[in-house]
Amino acid sequence: MHAIVNASDQRNDWLFKILVAALAWSAFALLLGAALTMAWGGRAVFAQFGFGFITGQVWDPVMGEYGALAAIYGTLVTSAIALLLAVPIGFGIALFLTELAPSWMRTWVGTAIELLAGIPSIIYGMWGIFVLVPLLGEHVYPWMDEHMGAIPIIGAVFKGPPIGVGFLTAGVVLAIMVLPFITAIMRDVFLTVPQRLKESAYALGSTTFEVVWDIVLPYTRGAVVGGIFLGLGRALGETMAVTFVIGSTYQITAAMLEPGHSITAVIANEFAEADPGMHRSALIALGFVLFAVSFVVLLLAKLMLRKLNRDAGTP
Amino acid sequence: MNINHGLIKRRQIVNGLAIALSSLATAVGLFFLFWILYTTFTRGIDAMSWNLFTMVTPPAGATEGGIANALVGSLMMCGLALLVGAPAGIAAGIYLAEYAKLGKAGSVIRFVNDILLSAPSIVLGLFAFSLVTALGGGFSGWAGAFALMMIVLPVVVRTTDEMMRLQPKQLREASLSLGIPLWKVNTQILLRAALPGVTTGVLLALARISGETAPLLFTALGNSFFTLNMGEAMESVPTSIAKLAMNPDEFWNKLAWAAAFLMTSFVLLISVLARIILRTNKAAND
Repeated sequence: MHAIVNASDQRNDWLFKILVAALAWSAFALLLGAALTMAWGGRAVFAQFGFGFITGQVWDPVMGEYGALAAIYGTLVTSAIALLLAVPIGFGIALFLTELAPSWMRTWVGTAIELLAGIPSIIYGMWGIFVLVPLLGEHVYPWMDEHMGAIPIIGAVFKGPPIGVGFLTAGVVLAIMVLPFITAIMRDVFLTVPQRLKESAYALGSTTFEVVWDIVLPYTRGAVVGGIFLGLGRALGETMAVTFVIGSTYQITAAMLEPGHSITAVIANEFAEADPGMHRSALIALGFVLFAVSFVVLLLAKLMLRKLNRDAGTP
Repeated sequence: MNINHGLIKRRQIVNGLAIALSSLATAVGLFFLFWILYTTFTRGIDAMSWNLFTMVTPPAGATEGGIANALVGSLMMCGLALLVGAPAGIAAGIYLAEYAKLGKAGSVIRFVNDILLSAPSIVLGLFAFSLVTALGGGFSGWAGAFALMMIVLPVVVRTTDEMMRLQPKQLREASLSLGIPLWKVNTQILLRAALPGVTTGVLLALARISGETAPLLFTALGNSFFTLNMGEAMESVPTSIAKLAMNPDEFWNKLAWAAAFLMTSFVLLISVLARIILRTNKAAND
C-alpha cells in the first residue's frame, strides 16, 4: 500500500516541527541565559568578597564595601511575616469557599479573589505608602511600641520609631499581596478532594471542621505546602510593594518596627544610578542570590504540587 | 445507648469556632483587598483629566501635566512584547502539546517554563539589561520590550499547551486520516479549535505586563519627554507611577493616582474579558 505523501508537505512538516521545537527550547535558553548572565555580571564581586558577600553586614558603595546580609535578612524577614499573616487567613478563606459558602457566593468571592491576584504590585505599594504607612505610624506603632514592647523577650520584636515604614509594614503589604494567590491555590487544591471521601466523613457524623482538618488537609498536605511555597517565591521576588514601604535602611535588628532593606529594594533603588564597576556588579550578584533562592523555593513547590497530580490519578 | 454529650458539645463548639474564624478570615481578606481598590478608584477618579492623555510628565512643582509619554511608551513596549512573545509562545505550546506530550524533552521544557513563569521579574530586568549592554546598547525601549517579552512567553506557552491538550483526540485523528499534513492539522484545525483558550492566555499575559514595573526600571528606565523612538530611554505607565508617587510633590502624587487608576481598570478589564471569552466558549462546547 502506498501512502499518498506529497514531498513538499513532508518537508513542511519537518520544518514546522523544527521551528516549534526551537521556540520551545528558547524558554530553556532564556532561563539558562539569565542564570549565567547574572553569575557572570556578579563575578567581580564574588571574586573579591567570596562568601563574605553573603555574610558581610556593611553595604557601602562609597567605600567599596559590599556585604549583602542586611538585604538578605530583610527579604527573608518580610516574606516570613507575609506568610505568617497570609497563610492562616488564606486557609480560612479557602475553607469558607469550599465548605461553607452557598454556591453563588463561591463563584463571586472566588472570581473577586482571582481578579485581585492580578492587580499590579505597584498599586499595593502605593496604597501602602499613602494609606497604610500614615495609619500605622500615627496610631498603631506608637501603641505597639509602648504596650507590646514592654513584654519580656518577644517585646524586642515590637520596638521601633513611629515612622510607619519598616519590616512589619512591608510584611503586611506583602501579606495582602500574596493572600489572593495563596487562597486561590488552596481553594483549587481543596476542590481536588473526592466528594465521596468528604461525604463519607459527614455520614459518619463529622463536623465541617473535622472534615477539613482530618480529611481534606491530610489528603492535600503536600499540595498545600507547595502552594505556600509558590506564595513564598512571589513574596521573595516582589519589588515595588516592598520598595515603597520598607524604609531603605541597612540594618539587621529584631525590632520589626524599624526601617530595613530587601534584596529587591536595594536593586530597584540603586541600579539605575550605580557606577558600571563594582557597584553594578554587586547589584547583579544580589540578583543572582535572589534568583538562586527563588529557584530552590519554586523547585520545592513544583515537586510538592507534582505529587498531588500523581496522587490524584490513583483512586 | 450511652452518648457522650460532653464530647459532642465540645466538637460542636470547636466547629462553630472554626466556622466563625473562617468567615472572619474571608471578611478580613476581602476588606483589605477592596480597601485598596476603593483607594485607587476614588483618588484616581478625583485626579482624572483630559490633560492626562495629551500632556507629558511635568517637572516637579508644576500644576498641570499628563502621562502621554508613559501611555505611548507602555503601548509600544507592551505591543512589541506581545507581537514577538505571543506567536513564539503559541509555537512552543504547540510543540509541547503535540510533539512532546510525554517524554523527557516535554517535561524539562514544561518545568523550566514554570520556573520562568514565577521567576522574580526584577531578575528578568537585570538579565535584559546585562544582555543589552553586552550587545552595546543602553537604556532603551527595545530593552524594555525584551524584558516584557520574557514575561509574556511563559504565560502563553503554558496556556497554549494546556488548551491544545484539551482538544479531543478524535479531532486530530480524523484530520490526519483525511491526509492533511501534520503542520496544517496543528495550525489550522487544532489551534483554531483551541483559539479561545489561547486568546485568554495572550490577554492574561497582556494584563500582567501592563502592570510590571520592576523589569522596566533599568531597561526602559523612564523618560519625561515624549518619544516614539524605541532606541531611546522610554517612559511607561508603571515606571511613571513609581517616579510620581515616590516624590513628595502633591501634583505628582495626584498624577500617580490617576495613572494607577487607569492602569488598574485596564488590567481588571482585560482579566474580566479573558474570563468571559473562556466561559462563553466553554458554554458553547458543553
